[in-house]
Parts: sequence; structure tokens; C-alpha cells
Amino acid sequence: MTALRTGRVSSRFGSSRLARKATPYGFVAPTAILLIALMVVPIVLVISYSVSTGSITSKDAPFTGITNYVTLLTNPDFWNAAFNTLVFTVSSVVAHLLIGLGFSLMLNSRLLGSVPRAIFRVIYILPWLFTAAIIAVLWRLLLDPQGVVNYLLQAVHLAGSPIAWFGDPGAALFAVTVMNIWAGYPFFMISLLAGLQGVPADLYEAARVDGASGFQQFLSVTLPQLRPIIISMAMLDVLWTTQQFALIWLTTGGGPISVTEMLSTFTYKLAFTGFDFSMAATSAVIVLIFSLIVAIFYVRSQRSES
Amino acid sequence: MSNVARGRRVKIAGVALATMTVLLATACSSGGGGSTSADGKVSIDFSQWWGSELPDGDLQKIVTSFEAANPNITVNLLTQPYSTLQDQTTTAGVSGTLADVVGLDGAWVNNLVKQGALDNLSTEMTSTSYDASQLSSQVQIKGSTYMIPVVNFVYPLFTNDALLAQAGVTTPPATRDEFLADAKAISAKTSAKGWILPLGTTNPNGVQNDVMSWLWASGGSMMKDGQPDLTNDGVSSAVNYVKSLYDAKVVADGTFTLQEPDKVTQFTNGQVGMMVDSLAHITTIQKANPNLKFSISAIPATDGYTGKRGIPYASWGIGVSDKSAHKAEAWKFVQYLMSKDVNANVSSLAHGFPGNSTATPDFTGSDPLYEQAFKIYQAGYPANEFVGLPTSDQLMRDFDTAFQKTLNGDGSVSDMLSATQASWKKAF
Repeated sequence: MTALRTGRVSSRFGSSRLARKATPYGFVAPTAILLIALMVVPIVLVISYSVSTGSITSKDAPFTGITNYVTLLTNPDFWNAAFNTLVFTVSSVVAHLLIGLGFSLMLNSRLLGSVPRAIFRVIYILPWLFTAAIIAVLWRLLLDPQGVVNYLLQAVHLAGSPIAWFGDPGAALFAVTVMNIWAGYPFFMISLLAGLQGVPADLYEAARVDGASGFQQFLSVTLPQLRPIIISMAMLDVLWTTQQFALIWLTTGGGPISVTEMLSTFTYKLAFTGFDFSMAATSAVIVLIFSLIVAIFYVRSQRSES
Repeated sequence: MSNVARGRRVKIAGVALATMTVLLATACSSGGGGSTSADGKVSIDFSQWWGSELPDGDLQKIVTSFEAANPNITVNLLTQPYSTLQDQTTTAGVSGTLADVVGLDGAWVNNLVKQGALDNLSTEMTSTSYDASQLSSQVQIKGSTYMIPVVNFVYPLFTNDALLAQAGVTTPPATRDEFLADAKAISAKTSAKGWILPLGTTNPNGVQNDVMSWLWASGGSMMKDGQPDLTNDGVSSAVNYVKSLYDAKVVADGTFTLQEPDKVTQFTNGQVGMMVDSLAHITTIQKANPNLKFSISAIPATDGYTGKRGIPYASWGIGVSDKSAHKAEAWKFVQYLMSKDVNANVSSLAHGFPGNSTATPDFTGSDPLYEQAFKIYQAGYPANEFVGLPTSDQLMRDFDTAFQKTLNGDGSVSDMLSATQASWKKAF
């Protein structure tokens, strides 16, 4: 019996070595396959579309090298969308940070009782609970020429006639940015509040002993302690805001006269109204490259933190 | 860990890997088409948005009656809202997974034909000796039919009776001059605006329904020999006229981002006195504001015009997938929907007008406005020159953006039309 078992083991010696080597790969395989199928393949496909013409819509899509990139990068509409995206993103991220920081400091303050703090916490986080469609409808109603904002402005004589906030070329970019700021600040607020609650009290105590004023404590203790969170949040917010599509599409559609055209809406229109999937892919690849650069900085900042 | 156990793990991992590969391969290759069962019964898919706009279950009843008449064919309804179906149809056309029978908007056809996604229905008609003369219209590319309008929804002029009366207007305007005068009177004598012009670019169909409709109503055309002809006198006159309405400040605020639903809402709430809109919205308006009294009439034409008036329309169109394994059955279903009685029934349910010219909708129990609209429809002709054009949405959007600039004071109408003409030509 023992001899028989020994014989089996020795006959399987080669296969057991193979099995030992293959086991980790077997476990990794499902994840690897999913990553390849859901990430690598689509990205490679999009890149391949971007270097061809008439991809998807025609059976033969000839290779055109970097022609699409040259065409797109010399298209003033693309640069208009890129500029609008830059203004929209920078304004939104800065405002998200300032408002989020202000509200988180307020919610963390000892000056606020527990009940008002709970009430404010619920009120301030509300925008984050709404979906993009709800936010768009809400702001369209608020900023309608016959809406609440115009009524109030006219009531206090700040406006003589109703302003079509989303329809006026001079006001539309401002209006969509304000809407996006409103929709996005709670994420900063919650994250910074969590950071503030983790700042050791003895640091403030030591600062007070050294005679630091409240503002000096904020500059020398609070901000340095929040720095890693602020950097991470800002980079994530840059990525998310750059890709904002739903709010723009549901309110202005990139208009009026393209003043709210973003890279996201520009790419969508190339693909689904112009059916120029090659140029849409080119635009998407350019956005991807930009996102990758930000992502690399994000990962680096995460590594340095850890 | 024993070797046996380890070996078992490797086998499990191998099986998992193989299963996932098969699943992924299946997911990537599976089409949206129908199937044939062992007993020879054929199942076809019908993707459309109609089911979501008809009363609950009505489309299924029509399908059931078809299945009763054709026991070997089963039709699976794939109903989605219009807004999502457009993108899905485009992607399905690209990937070759279009449903056997597909509900179509005329604006999608050209691109789907370019992709080779739609079956040439002219071939099906010839092979089955189908009498195409009964069809009120067909959407053709290079002489071949790819879409048949099943139901047409026309866009007449809606006027708010109370606001017109308040402004001292007794009958709806019949000419452009009358319309401008009435719009001015409404804006001056009531709290409402005279007209609404939705030029939002999210869905730029305002160009078709609210701008070009003025051209078609006077018998004009924006096309010549299959090519854009935006610089002709008719187009110039219509676009200048719309600009004159905007400049006279008789148009509702927010034109540049307003969409069709905004137009309906503002008319329903009595914020505007007149609009050009789809008959399909009559029920919506009456449900939202049962007290609102309104009339419909033909879109005003130029002074002295006596010819037939083109009336804009949108369609519930139908086509067959070129990749369908059951084209014969799919075509049979299309013929059924286009047959005189069934087509009249679908049209009545949808409050539209039949695609079969021999069918007459049943107006029994429906609002008299429908019968009145049918008379307007019969007196004129359905006109929508965007149907079947390449990337028609993009053409409308190009026009829309250029027109917004002109309305905003940046350039003249003639410059705008010349520039848009050049931009459109690239798509042809």
C-alpha cells in the first residue's frame, strides 16, 4: 500500500511541479482576463480607431497615422472646448476646495452645538445625494428666466429684466460652473471633515502654548495636516470635472454658441451626431493622455503619503 | 498542502479560466437577432420606442394579433425610450447586432445604411410583389427604400385661444405678416410672449420644426438635386423672417438652450401664445392643463402664397436588419403593420396619421383637434427634408450654432447661410 502510494507520488512528480507553478497564474487569471477584456482591449481599440479614418461606420477603415491628431489639434472648435474645460475645471476645483474647507471647518468647530451641527451636516451634504438629472432639472428651474433666481434679482432691483442664465452666451459658462460647484463641494467637505477630526489636539495645544493665533494655527497646523487629503482630492476632482458630461448635456448641450462646449460634449457630438468615431477616438485619446498624467501625479502622491 | 489538493486547485482554476473565456467570447459574439426553435417556430426581435409612448399593452396586442395570424412567428418587443434607443441603434448597427425589425427615426437612416446595417426593402417589396403605391412615403437612399414611415406626427401651429382673444386676435394667423402682428399683440397686451423658438443644441430639432417649417409652409426647399441649397431666396426669406421675430422681442426668453419639452411646458402654462408643435403632445397639454383652450392651424405662409403647404412631420419608421437571419419573417411583420386596418389602428392609438395612404384613422371618441389636423395634413403635404440626410442631427446642430451667432448680432443671415452651406456640403 505504501509502495503503491509512493509510486503514485513519484509518477506525479513532474505534474505537481507544473501545478505548483501554475497555481498562482490560475488565481490571477480571472482578474487578468477581466482587466484585459474591460480595460486593455477597449483602450487599444480606441487608440486603433484614432489612427484610422471612418472606423466603425465603414467596413474598410484605412490607417492614417497621426492625421486625425493633426486635424483635431488644428481645429479651433477643439481648442474652444479645451479652453472651456480648463476654465470650468479650475474654477470648480478651487471653489470645491474653498467651500468644502470652509464648511468642514464650520462643522468641526466647537462653537457649533451638536444639534445644529447635525442639521447643517445634512443640509450641506444634500447636493451630493442628487443624481445629475435631478441637479440639472433643479438648476434649470432655478435659473429659468421665470425662475426663482430671476424673481429675487428683480425683486431687489439687481436685474431689470430676466436673465436667461443658461441661454445667454455671456452667462452660460458661469451658470454651469456654479451648478457644478454646488453639485461637487460635499465630497471635499466630507473628506476634509474626516481629516480635521484626525488632527491631534496636542498640536493645537502646542501651538497655543507658543502663542499662535487662530489664523496662525490654521496655517501652521490645520493646512499641513490636511495637505495630503487636499492634494489627493484636488487631483481626483480635476479628473472628474474634466470628464463632466451629464450636467452640461442636460442643461446647455454645449451651447449657446459653444460657450459651454467641453471636451466631453465635443467628443460625444463627434461620435454620436457626426458619426465620426475616428475623430471622437482621437479626442478621447487626448483626454486619456491628460488624465494619465494627472493619475501618475495622484499615484505618486499616494505613494509618498504611504 | 498535498499535491492532490494542489492539483485539484489548478484544475478548478483551469476550469474557471476556461469558463470565463467561453463566457466572454459568448458575450462578445452574441447578436441581438431572433432564433429558430426545434419545432420550426421563428422568433424575431423588434426594437422600438413606440411601446413607451402608446397606452400600456397596446403594442403587445397588435403583436399578439400578428402572432395569431402567423403561428410560426413570435415577435419579442424590445421597448426603450427614444433618447436611449438612438445611441443603442447606432452601436448595434456598428456591431451587427441590430434587432430583426427596428423602429427608426428618419435621421438615423443614412448612417445605418452606410454601416450596411439595414436591409434594402425595395428588394423585399419586389420579391413579394408588394404594392408600394399604398405607402404615403418611403425613406430612400440612392433610389432604394430602407425605412417606411408607419405613423406620421405632423407639426401644425398651436394657438392659445384666451391669449389671442386678450390680444384682440380673432382667428389664428394664416400669413407671416399676420403672425408677426399677432405675436407683437400678445407680447404687448398680455403677460405672455407671442411665440417660442427652442434652439437648444442638445437636441437641435428646433431647426427642423421651428425654423425650416416656415420655409416648407411656403412651398420652399433647402435642397437642390440632392445637395444643400441654403442660399436660395426661399431659405433666406424664412430665416430672415424668424430673425425678425427674434429681433422684435416677441420670442420667449432663453431661446438658445430651450428644447422641445420646454416649448410644450411654456405653451401649456400660458407663458407663450403660439408654438409649432407635434400633434402627439395634445394629450400631454390637456392632461397638464385641462382648462387650456387652444386651436391648431396650418403654419402661416408668405403673403399671397396659394400653393400646397408643407407641414413638418416626425415618423415612427420601420426597417429590417441586414444581418437578420429571418428577413422574410421580419418583412412579413412590416407588411402587417403597414396593412390598411392595422396601420389605421396603430395611427389612431398613437394619435398620428397613417403611413398607409389608404388607411383612415378612427377619430371616434378622440379630440376634434385630430380630425382638424388630418384635414390640414390632407390639404398640404408632409415635408421634412432632413429625413435621410447624412448626419442630419449634425447638420441641424451646425445650422443651429451658426444661427444663434446671427441672432446674437454676430454677422448677417446671408453670411450665415453661405457658411452653413459650405459646412453642410462636407457631409454630402
